[in-house]
Amino acid sequence: MKLITAIVKPFKLDDVRQALSDIGVQGVTVTEVKGFGRQKGHTELYRGAEYVVDFLPKVKVEAGVADDIADSAIEAIAKVANTGKIGDGKIFVTNIEQTVRIRTGETGDEAL
Amino acid sequence: MENQIFELQYALDTFYFLICGALVMWMAAGFAMLEAGLVRSKNTTEILTKNISLFAIASTMYMVCGYQFMYDGGFFLSGVDTTGSLDKAAVLAASAENGFDGDSVYSGASDFFFQVVFVATAMSIVSGAVAERMKLWAFLLFAVVMTGFIYPIEGGWTWGGKDVPFLGALDYSDYAGSGIVHMAGAAAALAGVLVLGARKGKYGKDGSAQAIPGANLPLATLGTFILWMGWFGFNGGSTLKLGGIEVANEVANVFMNTNAAASGGLIAALILARLMFGKADLTMALNGALAGLVAITADPASQSALMSTIIGAIGGVLVVLSIVLLDKIKIDDPVGAISVHGTVGIWGVLAVAIFGDASFGGQIVGLLAIFVWVFVTSLIVWLAIKAIMGIRVSEQEEYDGVDLSECGMEAYPEFASSKG
Repeated sequence: MKLITAIVKPFKLDDVRQALSDIGVQGVTVTEVKGFGRQKGHTELYRGAEYVVDFLPKVKVEAGVADDIADSAIEAIAKVANTGKIGDGKIFVTNIEQTVRIRTGETGDEAL
Repeated sequence: MENQIFELQYALDTFYFLICGALVMWMAAGFAMLEAGLVRSKNTTEILTKNISLFAIASTMYMVCGYQFMYDGGFFLSGVDTTGSLDKAAVLAASAENGFDGDSVYSGASDFFFQVVFVATAMSIVSGAVAERMKLWAFLLFAVVMTGFIYPIEGGWTWGGKDVPFLGALDYSDYAGSGIVHMAGAAAALAGVLVLGARKGKYGKDGSAQAIPGANLPLATLGTFILWMGWFGFNGGSTLKLGGIEVANEVANVFMNTNAAASGGLIAALILARLMFGKADLTMALNGALAGLVAITADPASQSALMSTIIGAIGGVLVVLSIVLLDKIKIDDPVGAISVHGTVGIWGVLAVAIFGDASFGGQIVGLLAIFVWVFVTSLIVWLAIKAIMGIRVSEQEEYDGVDLSECGMEAYPEFASSKG
């Protein structure tokens, strides 16, 4: 089982959700985050005092997927979240040791 | 039949006072929203508590002794007719004698009601300037003295017609209180800020001002709109009368000019901020509208609408420059209260000498009398409170937010556990 963590631009959230649903991924967790990569921040102004905002709003989408569809999930996300402009985000993939469905007690791939 | 006209005149003038008083009371909501929007979220509960509490304290202290000091209304309003004590025949005779052209005759309770909301307005100016680092109860203690004593004394010298010690009677013209209410509030605020000091982190090592953005600009804007509307009562009610053609026309002009001045102030501040900073700064625009309102408050009746717009616009320019200047000399005023009400309050009073009927000498002496009295007595009270209980929260409390240290309650709680 793999945990796919995708950091994408906020307006791409619906597209990413739809793309995952289309390949059979049934559950996602979404968090509003802030961050930066090589995309720099910007300057804001408040009553004459300038200040730099380094952190840009992004959305983190997490989904636990079975090993056999991990690659197509990554491909699906990367395709829809891409704008070609700086700040598109990143996808991280980590191994899941165990998964449990709380309502039924199912474990492993059945719980995904 | 004739008596009924006089009764109606009394009723109309009384009603007018009450409605205008209610509009000025609504300004307290405006101040609360404006300030809540311009402080950080961790300090929001405390500033709301300050704002609504000071209104209650003002209402109470003015009743206890303030109204007596200012207008000889009697301690605990012993001089105001209750429903049982009204001498209707005497009032009717006074109303008949004055008619539409003379003094207005109205219920004493309505006079108190109209006056007390002005006291609260003056006091609420202080709360924004000392935001985010003052102890709540130190502020409330100051409010007791300001509303019960400091403001009523200078109000007595001006609107109350009493002699100033060593100066005698003032030759000072201030229709609705640019100096008496607004500059006075700013003077008390300035004294407080000087004793209190700036917020931690506001001024960098090189002295430059750091931005500490407000948490809720929609509230700040809503607050400004509420103040703008309430000001129609603030200036409009200061005509003190409604019955009669001339007076009704005067009231209409006051409303019109009040609106015009706010508009001029906003436009001027918006444009100046754009020129100086490169962007349209909403908070400067909001301060500009209020500056316009303060500027016209000393004489909203005799000018044309165009002149009122210009007077307001000059106020809008002054407020932006004043805000920048105060930061340069490290006087930290989170909402710009000292600039809006103090700097522009002074402009409003002097404008009457430039464009209206007042004398420069009279206006300046009046301004000085008010400023020196309020500033010095406030300074003494702030220092006394500091000695008794301290006026500033600790550095850790300031970092965590005064909502926690003073109120034990977050304005925007995220992690409150719900047991249900």
